[in-house]
Amino acid sequence: MKILVCISHVPDTTTKVKFIDDFKKIDIAGIQWIINPWDELSLTRALELKDDPSNGIQSVTVANVGLVGTEPTIRKALAIGADDAIRVNADPKDAYYVAAQLANAAKSEQYDIIFCGIESSDYNGSTVGGMLAEFLGYPSISSVSGVKIENGQAVVTREIDGGKELISAAYPLVAIVQKGIAKEPRIAAMRGIMMARTKPLKVLEPVEIDSLTELISFEMPKPRAACKFVDPENPRQLIELLQNEAKII
Amino acid sequence: MSVLIFVENWDGKFKKLSFELVSYGSKIAEMLATEAIAITIGNVDNAELAKLGKYGADRVINAVNDGIQIFDSQNFTSIIAGFADKENARVIVLSNNSTGKALAPRLSVRLKAGLGSGVSKLPANIEPFSVFKKVYSGNAFANIVIKTDIKILTLAQNSFELIESDKNADISQVLVEWDTSGLKTKVNEVQKQEGKILLTDADVVISGGRGMKSSDNWGPILELADLLGAATACSRPVSDEGWRPHDEHTGQTGKIIAPNLYLAIGISGATQHLAGVSSSKFIVAINTDKDAPIFSAAQYGIIGDAGKVLPKLVEAVKELKGK
Ligand SMILES: Cc1cc2nc3c(=O)[nH]c(=O)nc-3n(C[C@H](O)[C@H](O)[C@H](O)COP(=O)(O)OP(=O)(O)OC[C@H]3O[C@@H](n4cnc5c(N)ncnc54)[C@H](O)[C@@H]3O)c2cc1C
Ligand SMILES: Nc1ncnc2c1ncn2[C@@H]1O[C@H](COP(=O)(O)O)[C@@H](O)[C@H]1O
Repeated sequence: MKILVCISHVPDTTTKVKFIDDFKKIDIAGIQWIINPWDELSLTRALELKDDPSNGIQSVTVANVGLVGTEPTIRKALAIGADDAIRVNADPKDAYYVAAQLANAAKSEQYDIIFCGIESSDYNGSTVGGMLAEFLGYPSISSVSGVKIENGQAVVTREIDGGKELISAAYPLVAIVQKGIAKEPRIAAMRGIMMARTKPLKVLEPVEIDSLTELISFEMPKPRAACKFVDPENPRQLIELLQNEAKII
Repeated sequence: MSVLIFVENWDGKFKKLSFELVSYGSKIAEMLATEAIAITIGNVDNAELAKLGKYGADRVINAVNDGIQIFDSQNFTSIIAGFADKENARVIVLSNNSTGKALAPRLSVRLKAGLGSGVSKLPANIEPFSVFKKVYSGNAFANIVIKTDIKILTLAQNSFELIESDKNADISQVLVEWDTSGLKTKVNEVQKQEGKILLTDADVVISGGRGMKSSDNWGPILELADLLGAATACSRPVSDEGWRPHDEHTGQTGKIIAPNLYLAIGISGATQHLAGVSSSKFIVAINTDKDAPIFSAAQYGIIGDAGKVLPKLVEAVKELKGK
């Protein structure tokens, strides 16, 4: 069986974002790019599954929709342990466009499990995974916090309000993952970094498709008013503020 | 023409977020001078359905079929898409909770309708249709134009005030198809904790970080939560250490919440933590370090040792509650 992990390339999560061109574009100067944290965890879980030969996983492929600048991020995924990679050579215009490109890329092989993250830390869309499943006509399981393989099926843990569900699912399926899928992201070892240079990275040209939405401009959040400090000896003041000023308790 | 509002029900009952959603969708219907139709899937009794009219729905459709036992994103998508067609929906509104996140993207592809996810305000404009959403985990916002005839929006929880109305919604039960042949997934087991206030539903959340020093010190946090009817949360290192359960971890890689009050105790306020709580209406912090970044996000703060401040705070809340 084969696994596909969709990875988005995002600014490091501690980045103080700034915008240029009249707030139309993010200023990329000095940004460190990383694999979206969820996707890094999906990749880690996919590789853990592959490590156990009884799971019978032939390969773990990563896919990204992005221009050539995302290749260092893709190489990082190869260094962590993915076997090969696909880059769809296009600017990710919107989630619909990205999902359509990923669906097209995924059609070339029979992938049994496709992993997507619950959200990318830049756009916070939470949409690409579900769209991809719909384009492919596959079932999707969202809020996935665990995946195992048993008797040729995926056994998936899904987080629900106040609990969890254990679901068995036939292939193919799209798993949209969140916390719990893997403990710590796997990091690249020296050997992995050396090997990543020679692993296959296939570049696909995009299929023609219209985006459905357009990002017009960014805004910065309004600065919050300065914090009011209360005497630590007298927290009753805090209760009064919450009651009379904030009116929330 | 219509605005279609997909309202989830939990064993036949609605929650505050359901009413937020109907209030929001009904306002959009007003902007478009059209009808607001709320749809919910699975049996709900009439008294409960009628509540949706009290928040502005003109019509309430209860889609039923005895086969509907569990959530299935493909079947749910087909049902909603069917009504969107029949009712000529121009806008479809869902919650940005886990159910909405599972359905909205599928509907977007099925109907070729642009999706604005996690919006927190009414559309700024109808022509072109522009919405405002959080990006970069709350460090910025984006104005997005949806270019298609049908628009889909998912509303961030606790971001829109309830608006009451005196409408008496027209209620109907509609038998829908439920295809089980296509179900390739099977739920084998459900584990549920009963009686706990859900973090994502709570109006007040009391949260502890590494500054709490040890799991043994959580007593006052639990007591405060009990007194205030609050849910408890924690920072990531706390759940990693096993001081608190994993489902309490908030932040970029944990739960994203937006309560009215978030009380952060011994939490430094790293960007990844704030990513999960920055939409809270009020943030209050207790921390020994006056320069901790959490104070830049907080409206009220106490600079002090949690071990000393918390017992006094518990006393003050007990007084407030007359206990
Ligand atoms: C990719 C990525 C994702 C992440 N996702 C998350 C996430 O989702 N959620 C999350 O929380 N973190 C996340 N983190 C970790 C994050 O960067 C911080 O390390 C973490 O939030 C710090 O937790 P803390 O505030 O509890 O601990 P610390 O940063 O150690 O802060 C402890 C605070 O307690 C104060 N303190 C100490 N003693 C006392 C006392 N007696 N009384 C009162 N205050 C006291 C200190 O002044 C300090 O401010 C992520 C990191 C990465 C790299
Ligand atoms: N440009 C992209 N290339 C590949 N995968 C992506 C891309 N954008 C998003 N994804 C996948 O979709 C998930 C959710 O992203 P989003 O819907 O943008 O929040 C991510 O965690 C990735 O798995």
